[in-house]
Amino acid sequence: MLDAFRRLFQRRKTAVDVSTAPLTPDQLEAITGTIGPRTDPPQLIAACGQSVGKQRDLNEDSLLAITATLAGNTNFLPFGLYIVADGMGGHQFGEVASNAAIRTVAGSVLRKFHPYLFHLNSEVPDESLQEIMQIAVAEAQRIIQREAPGSGTTMTAALVLGQQVTIAHVGDSRAYLLHSDGRAEAITRDHSLVKRLEELGHLTPAEAEKYPHRNVLYRALGQGDILEPDIFTLPFPRNGFLMLCSDGLWGVIPEPEIVRIVQESATLQRACQALVSAANAAGGPDNISVILVQLLT
Amino acid sequence: MVNPQPTHSSHQSQPGETPLDTRRITQSLDEGNSSSRRQLPSGFILAKRYEIQEVIGVGGMGSVYRARDLHFPNIVKLVAVKEMVNLATDPEMRKAIIQNFEREANILATLNHPSIPRIYDYFSQDDRSYLVLEFISGKDLEAIINETKGFLPEEQVLAWAIQLCDVLDYLHNHNPPIIFRDMKPSNVMLNFNGDVILIDFGIAKIFQSGVKGTMIGTEGYAPPEQYRGEATPLADIYALGATLHHALTKRDPRLEPPFSFAERPIRKINPAVSAEFEAVINKTLEYKMEDRFRSAAEMKEALINVGRKTGILNRLPTAGLQSTTIKPIWTFTCEDEIRGSSTIFQGILFIGSYDNNLYALNAADGKLIWKYPTDGGIVTRPAIYQDSVYIGSGDARLHAVSIRSGKVLWTYYTKGPIHSSPRIAEGHVFFGSDDHCLYAVNLNTGRLTWNIQTSGVIRSTPFIAHERIYVGNESGDFYAFDFRGEIKWRFTAKRGITGSPIVVDQTVYFCSLDGTLYALDALHGWLVWRFRLGKSSVVTPAVSENIIITGAADGFIYAVDIQNAREVWRFRTEHQVSGSPTIYRDAVYCGSADGVLYCLECRTGRLRWKFATQGPITGTPMIYDDIVYIGSSDRNVYALFA
Repeated sequence: MLDAFRRLFQRRKTAVDVSTAPLTPDQLEAITGTIGPRTDPPQLIAACGQSVGKQRDLNEDSLLAITATLAGNTNFLPFGLYIVADGMGGHQFGEVASNAAIRTVAGSVLRKFHPYLFHLNSEVPDESLQEIMQIAVAEAQRIIQREAPGSGTTMTAALVLGQQVTIAHVGDSRAYLLHSDGRAEAITRDHSLVKRLEELGHLTPAEAEKYPHRNVLYRALGQGDILEPDIFTLPFPRNGFLMLCSDGLWGVIPEPEIVRIVQESATLQRACQALVSAANAAGGPDNISVILVQLLT
Repeated sequence: MVNPQPTHSSHQSQPGETPLDTRRITQSLDEGNSSSRRQLPSGFILAKRYEIQEVIGVGGMGSVYRARDLHFPNIVKLVAVKEMVNLATDPEMRKAIIQNFEREANILATLNHPSIPRIYDYFSQDDRSYLVLEFISGKDLEAIINETKGFLPEEQVLAWAIQLCDVLDYLHNHNPPIIFRDMKPSNVMLNFNGDVILIDFGIAKIFQSGVKGTMIGTEGYAPPEQYRGEATPLADIYALGATLHHALTKRDPRLEPPFSFAERPIRKINPAVSAEFEAVINKTLEYKMEDRFRSAAEMKEALINVGRKTGILNRLPTAGLQSTTIKPIWTFTCEDEIRGSSTIFQGILFIGSYDNNLYALNAADGKLIWKYPTDGGIVTRPAIYQDSVYIGSGDARLHAVSIRSGKVLWTYYTKGPIHSSPRIAEGHVFFGSDDHCLYAVNLNTGRLTWNIQTSGVIRSTPFIAHERIYVGNESGDFYAFDFRGEIKWRFTAKRGITGSPIVVDQTVYFCSLDGTLYALDALHGWLVWRFRLGKSSVVTPAVSENIIITGAADGFIYAVDIQNAREVWRFRTEHQVSGSPTIYRDAVYCGSADGVLYCLECRTGRLRWKFATQGPITGTPMIYDDIVYIGSSDRNVYALFA
């Protein structure tokens, strides 16, 4: 017992940087940045918030957040799966579709990773991360068309493995990278009519804001015969956050305000609650879902 | 060339008449500058460094010269020297002119784009100031418009327009944004590859939103609001539209009433232009700012759509404006085939050959400095550390050779021929051998630190990143080792891995004989994505921004999006692609077994030029200071202008 304490103590001592030279830019950033001292083992943490909003009776949004950390002698392994799905209003069973989307996608992805994460003789999946996401989306598409024909949902899913994020995306929920310098970078592209019109130059951003049919999607999970999700992989933002949210958040709160709220909140949980409160305070016209993810290294 | 812009202090001294003042200064200098005696004579050596060759342009405030940089005595490095003669007598004005000149230098120094000339130096002597810039050999668009009989081909103008949007988009998104403010044909250079380069940043302005700028710009091309003293990114877009209108109609807007483009519909003058292209140009020339494209990026998108819809970009002549065949700067002939790649260090090119020799050549003229004989053919790329060059040979040895003398320092024996190139890190040289082992040998002593037996012959070159050594073998296993030689993870492809890996950010990329380009998580070895190639591949990929380039035995060079694994373009060569690509600036250089070295545009895969050798090319081009070095199975090393 005593030895264990001594080891602990000694290790900590060697880890302290005692240099008195002027701080390097990296050191300065470590002090002034949003991140505290080094985290051991590196940890993936996540929090979420959800609200039906102020103007709807039914919550058609669904969200899912799974965070796992496996740390030991061999390998440190953060694993996370985060999904936001926004069932389409005006269709029947929007809530059924969004619920089916998160469960089916998560089930499909976890089945692939189960042998890798939880078997003693860890087996790497045969498929690539992007193929795994592709298969999961196709499965969700099939299930929704079977269980709730005619319904549809958006689906933005982020698979975090190590320091890579693989996104699968359909519809107009969004994934953002909130960078430490205050930028909010939307990494998904809305599959919505209004965005398309804006991309084609038929609408200015100002006109788009007031466009009456803002909720019309041209691609949604459960709709159409052929579904082509956007799938891509990128590194987890350093000292930043990954945020998934439905349009009940991003359509209501301006991006700089989102960044400000996240930066000013003491914890991820409070940030999520503050974001939901802000959207409700701004009228809460739609269901609100948000997931914030951070990788502490 | 540099149009002066009064500073705020001069505004105050002469309020209200700013645009006129500006012009008056220019004119007075023009008059003073009319005699040629003030031009520097050819042969004149400026600042003990730049030997003036000839005048290549005359502007309002001085001349532009082609000069040779004498700091490169062994090669002819050409630069453009832009001169500004300061004849203003008013001290405030003198200061303003110098500040303006320095502003151009400072703007250029912060920019990095293939369509913007690089700045090398600037200095003042007596009453003259000089900018030393990248020399662009080509012609300006105004000269091309004037010299072309009939109309310029639409596809050519469209291709230029897309490139111009790209550079404007770059400037406007610069931090802080830069408004070029003088887009016109005479400020657009076309080099011999047919690529666009924007020149004369004399009045480019760092944009402060909401601030009304001074009206400077070329009449005829400038938009209405610029005449009101406003300069925004939209002004550049308008002027680009005016430039394109001029290029397609050959009607010079400076000779027409301002904003009268609508009275000269493009297709009425030049019916060969597609309605789609005309519509895009018309939108850029709308009188009201709000009716135009909102950004250069948006206009570029629209232009690309014109290309897609009409298919006219496919009519582009593949080699741009280039008419002459490429001539090597020098060639050097070995005694047998060259299958490997070269390394350049301090003006010396190192390359091995099947004739068993490692050659050290003067990179400037290709003259032999020394050759070092091994006892086997060499296909590996030499590695350099301090005063030594390291090379693996078919004689099973790794050789450490003195750069100065070309004499051996030490050799290390493995139990098989070496086809894997050495990599240097942490005081060690890492390489694989046909004896299945990966070796870590101490650089100074030549003694083994460790070796690891893998499941097969190692011909792939290790890549070192994240304190890991990545290497594949002929049994299809791919390994990540740490510096102690412990396996961190392993991945198995369906067939052998002969090509070498590269690591970018968190991902390691390599090709396999199973015909797949793999992207693996570098830290843990998960498969992130895979891309099917038409056939097996021994190529080492190269990455530029979001594009990864590789080749395969089906004869194609492939470009794949690094994030979503979608094909961006593919380019067909006449035989297997077993040479690896090198990316230099915005171009891909890659050899093929058809004997040709190809230079392709990175973003589009468009052929810029090609150079035929007499045998298959299997090595990777080495590019340094705008010169490409490549070896061929025809026994020659070639040095070519990139």
